[in-house]
Amino acid sequence: MTHKLTGDQLLTTDPLARVEGEGAMTVRVRGGSVTDVELRIFEPPRFFEAFLRGRAYTEPPDITARICGICPVAYQMSSCLAIEQVCGVRVDGPLRDLRRLLYCGEWIESHALHIYLLHAPDFLGFDGVVDMAPHAPEAVERGLRLKRVGNEVMTLVGGRSIHPVNVKVGGFYRVPTRAELRTLREPLLHAREDALETVRWVSGFDFPDFEQHQEYLALRSPDSYAIEGGSFVSSSGIAFESADFDLHVREEHVARSNALHARLHGVGSYVVGPMARYTINHDVLSPLALEAAAAAGLGATCRNPFRSIIVRAVELVYACDEALRIVAGWEPPSQPAVEVTPRAGVGTGATEAPRGVIWHRYRLAGDGTIRDARIVPPTSQNQASIEEDMRSFVQDRLDLPTDELTRQCEQAIRNYDPCISCATHFLHLHVERA
Amino acid sequence: MSPQPVPATPKPPATKSPANNPPTTKPANPGGAAAKPKLAVWKFASCDGCQLSILNCEDELLALAGAVDIAYFPEATRGMVAGPYDLSLVEGSVTTPVDAERIRRIRAESSTLVTIGACATAGGIQALRNFADVDEFRSVVYAHPGYVSALDRSTGIATHVHVDFELRGCPIDKGQLLEVFAAFVQGRPPRVPAHSVCMECKLRGNVCVMVASGTPCMGPVTQAGCGALCPSYNRGCYACFGPKETANTASLADQLIRLGLGDRDVMRMFRTFNAAAEDFRQQSVAHDEGGRR
Ligand code: SF4
Ligand code: SF4
Repeated sequence: MTHKLTGDQLLTTDPLARVEGEGAMTVRVRGGSVTDVELRIFEPPRFFEAFLRGRAYTEPPDITARICGICPVAYQMSSCLAIEQVCGVRVDGPLRDLRRLLYCGEWIESHALHIYLLHAPDFLGFDGVVDMAPHAPEAVERGLRLKRVGNEVMTLVGGRSIHPVNVKVGGFYRVPTRAELRTLREPLLHAREDALETVRWVSGFDFPDFEQHQEYLALRSPDSYAIEGGSFVSSSGIAFESADFDLHVREEHVARSNALHARLHGVGSYVVGPMARYTINHDVLSPLALEAAAAAGLGATCRNPFRSIIVRAVELVYACDEALRIVAGWEPPSQPAVEVTPRAGVGTGATEAPRGVIWHRYRLAGDGTIRDARIVPPTSQNQASIEEDMRSFVQDRLDLPTDELTRQCEQAIRNYDPCISCATHFLHLHVERA
Repeated sequence: MSPQPVPATPKPPATKSPANNPPTTKPANPGGAAAKPKLAVWKFASCDGCQLSILNCEDELLALAGAVDIAYFPEATRGMVAGPYDLSLVEGSVTTPVDAERIRRIRAESSTLVTIGACATAGGIQALRNFADVDEFRSVVYAHPGYVSALDRSTGIATHVHVDFELRGCPIDKGQLLEVFAAFVQGRPPRVPAHSVCMECKLRGNVCVMVASGTPCMGPVTQAGCGALCPSYNRGCYACFGPKETANTASLADQLIRLGLGDRDVMRMFRTFNAAAEDFRQQSVAHDEGGRR
């Protein structure tokens, strides 16, 4: 089938393969111009924010992990920060390092999954990793090795890689010994080499000429590339604390989907995730990651979403570097967790999931019962930008045969690593209480 | 309702494509190559964690792809081969009228259907709606509730169609998943233990967290499979594998109360990732003052 989109036509991709969850995209073309792009979310809502009401303050790390099996640690960490904030507790020192290490494991696993299993096949013209494997066996093995090391880190620190059991409000149930963490050193050293090779490999792909000029939003920490906490900073210089997120970001329920679109006050749509993080924080990357970025031709920003795969690879290098640093300096604390006594109040927490920042807010009663909960995942923040991207992307490619255009659109959507499950597990709950 | 190794009952091949997902881009067995069993992986309401467990078999993934034809697995490939399928793995629970219809068509197209995880087996965490008013959830939450189609119950797959085997866990255990594949390829029932997490914990030589430190633990009533992970990390089991067969939930509830837990705590412990599994549902309802029965 090679007919072209010339008149009033519809192009649909249904469902989008290789993005977690199920979505479909519709592009409307009229008289040679793209008039509308819709990214539809099929997945039914699971009502997390509704059923969190009435649960105990200790439960969100386990419960919200189940929003997304690909980034459970991100949900666990944001929920812990929010509840600790209500209770006036700060988790610092080795416990914070251990959280960062667990999170690095998730970044390594998720980025390796996305780069090798989900996105590289697009660039090289394959349907998926299985049919790519005979043609690029070394690369596929490298990807699987990297992914395995990410899972090993999570399994050691968290007990398992999907929905780790060892995370609690205040810290962990059990902290590893020095000898235990030292077993990660060798695998991580190899993983770092594999990550450097990944940067070289993906920077040789063909990248369509495509620029977008969206606002970028990411967390920033003074002395490191923000992962397990930080303050919000945008590419045009808007800066605020996590507590003020809902003053700056408004969400709209888009009638056609079960997801919400987030808009930054005074700006409109915006982008979170690797490109935003790199643009805002590249100055605090490790020397090795910076060197790899420069060698791959990345400058001070990345404006071509197709090149986000290079940024992910650079973040892989960084995550291995950070994990190695934490493993080398590990001194177990005397207690696996800080005592957290519940009290009434509101708290927020934001951390950088592999695909972008996740924000949680909880209101607790004096006995620790959750009164209300709000969760803003990355995909609902990116969705409006994805649609805007797609509008101009398709406009410039209307002459392509439908099959080819469909393939390219899928690839363009995967630039954002959209965890569609996240977007729709998201539920905007606004309970007004006087 | 616990995993019973039920031999696969071959179903007559169906001709209809599953709802929403007409996988028609490739013919089955292109080039007339020797027929490998056709695998399909389906998603309903879920977190994707259980299907990620398949991709997490880093050491076995390529061998698996050599042993079966991955015919439909949109999380992993855009290639889609039309049914019928020899083995369908189903993740997620049924929460919409469209999905209730879709699972029937998938069943009709699948010789063997295996559910993977707590969502598909017992409705998952989203079954917490079963104890609440979904209209309240929906209308308070969404600006356009009319677009949000949801049943007022989240149900496991076996509520709707015959299931050949149920793999437990939130998420499933990778080792058990590989055992399901091996059993399928060898044409035998999967060997999955039916005892409790408590038993696994003793086999592992752990000190009992409930006896030693008074930590509430669901291990005695929870289906084995994880290797007693939580007690090995100094925490009580929270029953992510769901109730074991003939679980004495009432006696555990009494013990939890003796440890100092209130009725609400006990209710919440039975009402998490397998809240709609009958043994757990009854026990949570028994401790829910004023809740919906
Ligand atoms: S059972 Fe748990 S891990 Fe599996 S899909 Fe459901 S929520 Fe995710
Ligand atoms: S000990 Fe219980 S909660 Fe923990 S992983 Fe095993 S079954 Fe799940």
